[in-house]
Amino acid sequence: MNPRAAIPLLVFAAIVLLLWSGIGKDPRVLPSVLIGRPAPQFSAPELRDPGVQHDRASLLGKPFLLNVFASWCPTCRIEHPILARYVRERGLRLVGLHWKDESEDGLAWLQQYGDPYAQILHDPSGRIGIDFGVTAAPESFVIDANGTILYKHIGALSVEDMENTVMPLLQGRKR
Amino acid sequence: MRLRGGMFALLLGASAALGAIEPLEFTDRAQEQRYQHLLRELRCLQCQNQSLADSDANVAGGLRLEIHKQMRAGASDEQIKAFLVERYGDFVLYRPEVRRDTWLLWFGPFVILAGGGIALALHLRGRRRPAAASATDTPRDEEDW
Repeated sequence: MNPRAAIPLLVFAAIVLLLWSGIGKDPRVLPSVLIGRPAPQFSAPELRDPGVQHDRASLLGKPFLLNVFASWCPTCRIEHPILARYVRERGLRLVGLHWKDESEDGLAWLQQYGDPYAQILHDPSGRIGIDFGVTAAPESFVIDANGTILYKHIGALSVEDMENTVMPLLQGRKR
Repeated sequence: MRLRGGMFALLLGASAALGAIEPLEFTDRAQEQRYQHLLRELRCLQCQNQSLADSDANVAGGLRLEIHKQMRAGASDEQIKAFLVERYGDFVLYRPEVRRDTWLLWFGPFVILAGGGIALALHLRGRRRPAAASATDTPRDEEDW
């Protein structure tokens, strides 16, 4: 057989491999440019007590999970009980970024579904979200004690994500 | 008549909601055009096949306002793009900077096109030669794929 007859087959195989490798990938999962970089500076009122101001420095000292949520976000309700369980049972330090939402709506949402947050940054304009590169809610950031962003998760966190990635990173068992 | 007026108002309301463009003030027409042009260069990260100019997504509206604010404050297009790339990555640009790690993106299609062209040229030449050698007796050669 003419060896050149195999060329179309090889080209075909290459195209199949290329397309195959793309199947099942979520195009919305983008590499975050912030990984390994210091978390941005911010200043925001506490949602539950607007007299209190949080800033970057006041949150550091212990690793935490920064969770972007809003009352208008249906997917947030899916991960909410999982996060609450990790706070209750595993000592997760959970900080909320209440993003593009009114305070009454956020407070009512917490009343209804429970409030596991240690602190909640209230960001009605979404300006802090821009500095964190937030594209949608929910999103979550693992931030270490020095304020370096270790990981960004887009979408709802599952128990597997918490066990395999978030908790090991927070506990320094994984880099 | 009143019903028709009501329906017209509804339609107007719907088209305003679909427009996704906030009422913004500009110093002049040139600045507004610059703003519109810049938005079309930027990708909405929530609905990725829309530009910031087209998108209704929540994040796009916030970014439009921020871009508008920075433009009014005197930032150049390059400064605004750098601001966004620092936060959202190269992906926010429809035409990312040409760098070593974007060579494949920029030139890959041309490499594939050139490869196809070379393959086609080789193939055609390979066919023509035997055809020329036996031109006298094989007028059917063209059909012989």
